[in-house]
Amino acid sequence: MTSDTTTPPAIVPNFDDEDQEGRKLAIICSKGNLDMAYPGLILANAALGEGVETHLFFTFWGFDMIIKSRMHDLKFSPAGNTAMHLPMGGMRMPQALAPLPGVQPMATKMLKDQIADLGVPEVPDFLDQIVAAGGHLWACRMSADMNKVDETDLRDDVDGIINASDFIELTNGAQLLFI
Amino acid sequence: MPVTTMNGREVHVNDEGFLTEYDEWDEDLAKVLAANIGIELTDDHWKVIRFLREDFKAQGETATTRRVQSVGGISTKDQFALFPKKPAKKMSYIAGLPKPHGCV
Repeated sequence: MTSDTTTPPAIVPNFDDEDQEGRKLAIICSKGNLDMAYPGLILANAALGEGVETHLFFTFWGFDMIIKSRMHDLKFSPAGNTAMHLPMGGMRMPQALAPLPGVQPMATKMLKDQIADLGVPEVPDFLDQIVAAGGHLWACRMSADMNKVDETDLRDDVDGIINASDFIELTNGAQLLFI
Repeated sequence: MPVTTMNGREVHVNDEGFLTEYDEWDEDLAKVLAANIGIELTDDHWKVIRFLREDFKAQGETATTRRVQSVGGISTKDQFALFPKKPAKKMSYIAGLPKPHGCV
């Protein structure tokens, strides 16, 4: 036993917290507007980057995010959204103008540009990234029946079309987000 | 800021153990950092680490996994294979950089 000062152990980050072990997140994506598609994707991507098992369940309007013919063309409308501000001066967009022809395409383009400026991918690319990171995509049976679509109409990487009971079974022990 | 000794010299780190001084890092130290978290560096790892170092020097912030893919050309899948479970944190730790700030 020596009495001299020994080097303190290096501070090493703990990347494999035991309390994170088995953590699971399920996100229900029920909206098909461009602005409402993103929260689920951003959180799913973040969860996967933290080693959390992540499942996305697409239902109702959220189905447009995984239908091949629609996923490239999600829209943003300022109608009914009182938090929409004009790019100059931060003024609120008058709701009376929101339904006018041309406003929705303009607002959609603006939002897409802002998202691209941040280096955030478009919705289909973002889903590619989520799948590459190990995320799972599930489609809602009732929405598929309502929209009269089957597997061939959906992204090829959708894990399956499942019903509500399957989803409940699948998300046993998971944290849930409804968007 | 805590000071810790790694590879026979003192380096500045934050409370989690990430290096705080860009210039205190070198490739020998990277091997030690990688070993600390159970990773043995291969050529593919080095490709990521060197991109992160260069990109930080140019941008002033750590690239996110998205940027490592879109600008660095290393796919998301490969990043997860090389730095399992928490690629963004593990890559930046080994590269002697802060964790990325961006969400995506």
